[in-house]
Amino acid sequence: MTQYAKITRDGLWDNNPGLVQLLGLCPLLAVTGTVVNGLGLGIATTLTLITSNVTVSLIRNVVPNEIRLPVFVLIIASFVTIIEMMLKAFYYDLYLALGIFIPLIVTNCSIIGRAEAFASKQPMDKAFMDGLMMGIGFTIALATLGGMRELLGYGTLFSQAELMFGQAWMTITVFDNYHSFLLAVLPPGAFFGLGLLIAFKNALKKS
Amino acid sequence: MRFKISTAPFIHQGNSVTKTMHQVIYALIPGIAMYVYFFGFAVIITIILACITALICEFFILWIRRKPILPFLTDCSALVTALLLAVAIPPFLPWWMTVIGISFGIIFAKHLYGGLGYNPFNPAVVGYVVLLISFPVEMTQWPALSTLGYNYAGILDSFSIIFYGHPTGGLPLDSFTGATVLDTMKTELGQFHTVNEIKAKPMFGFLGATGWEWINLTFLLGGCWLMYKRVITWHIPIAVLTGLFVIASLFFIIDSDIYPSPIFHIFSGAAIVGAFFIATDPVTAATSNQGRLIFGVGIGLLIYITRTWGGYPDGMAFAILLMNMSVPVIDYYTKPQVFGH
Repeated sequence: MTQYAKITRDGLWDNNPGLVQLLGLCPLLAVTGTVVNGLGLGIATTLTLITSNVTVSLIRNVVPNEIRLPVFVLIIASFVTIIEMMLKAFYYDLYLALGIFIPLIVTNCSIIGRAEAFASKQPMDKAFMDGLMMGIGFTIALATLGGMRELLGYGTLFSQAELMFGQAWMTITVFDNYHSFLLAVLPPGAFFGLGLLIAFKNALKKS
Repeated sequence: MRFKISTAPFIHQGNSVTKTMHQVIYALIPGIAMYVYFFGFAVIITIILACITALICEFFILWIRRKPILPFLTDCSALVTALLLAVAIPPFLPWWMTVIGISFGIIFAKHLYGGLGYNPFNPAVVGYVVLLISFPVEMTQWPALSTLGYNYAGILDSFSIIFYGHPTGGLPLDSFTGATVLDTMKTELGQFHTVNEIKAKPMFGFLGATGWEWINLTFLLGGCWLMYKRVITWHIPIAVLTGLFVIASLFFIIDSDIYPSPIFHIFSGAAIVGAFFIATDPVTAATSNQGRLIFGVGIGLLIYITRTWGGYPDGMAFAILLMNMSVPVIDYYTKPQVFGH
């Protein structure tokens, strides 16, 4: 059980893929304009992590060491394609909002990183746990950054939430008559926001 | 190469960061006075607001960084940043935008990179660019001259515009503000008017814009005083203005109908303030004399390129930031040779 606790702690905090390993920065910086976009991409990445981790772990004794990386890439690419098709089928508007970054999950270093560093050496249950926790940690980083940028940029939270959760969800307008602050929405805002998040996390670690 | 040989005793010149910063502030005063004379109290309000914000931010961030507060606060570097930014932004800017620009410059551009002497980018310019790309509408609301038929903002109007967003008497804000000459030039050239047709408008003066050209001339005077006092060397300002002049002349000769004269380019917009006061920042500029010339010419060319083919009417801030980025490379290739090698 303590091993599970360690995997959980690693994924969510100590070794968070977004804030500590700094892997997958491209989607982290590009799609975090709003909370919903961040959550959407985070969940898609989590699903990919779980499925690829489990598969890699299951076939770890069959694959020859020399060709393991191409096999991992093949597995990850297949799952990403499946997820992309499912998004297209069930959440078409979200699929349009995330655009190229869904297929680009294939190139997210944290996924092949976990496959190589963890799943290819561990039994299936631990690999599943690792994929889940790393995915949730990444999703939290994406959603927090998205929230910061959306709040500063437009003064709202969860705008376009209906794309993901159905019509019952409404945009929360935090500030009325908010004067939009374009810097937070533009790409530099993502870099500044991520820098602030990492600084905040490091400050918590020190104290 | 011959060296001048001198013998002891040597007298210390008494230079320090504080003294240099004081001299920069003195050199800015005539230009600011002229600015106030033409456009009224809004300039003073913005400057005071900027200075107070800068001191508070500096105090706050020094306290967080556990640095000695008084020596850094009294070296006046934050005040110079505040003054330069306050001169660069439209004086009618809503107060909280001025506060955002200054705090971003001091906290992010200066102190997160290690404080005075370590910052790769000029804090005032970073603050300006943050405001320019975040609030494009407000950043173009420049005050217009009362002699051209616009309203003159008195004390109450200025306060009301800056703190509430509208003048007191129910007049629209548009009756106080107008487009700058660079803006007008860009828009009208886009509508296929010739330079001479555009320059016939009363807002165009003899050198640049009516009124503004006097402000720029006074800043030029302050800049020359700084060179005379050897606070800055001649290399950067002359290189900036020469770079701008040469490329502007070239295109002016090719077709004077669609490319305005080099004199117009030098005396309008931020060219003079930028060349003498902002680009010469010893922390963010190149350090060798040869490097300073390259740095300056680069800025001059980039100003012209942005003004003529870019999306913004003036390009001083972007030119300085881009050249600040190139400083490490320039310094690497212009390292003076060590004697004997």
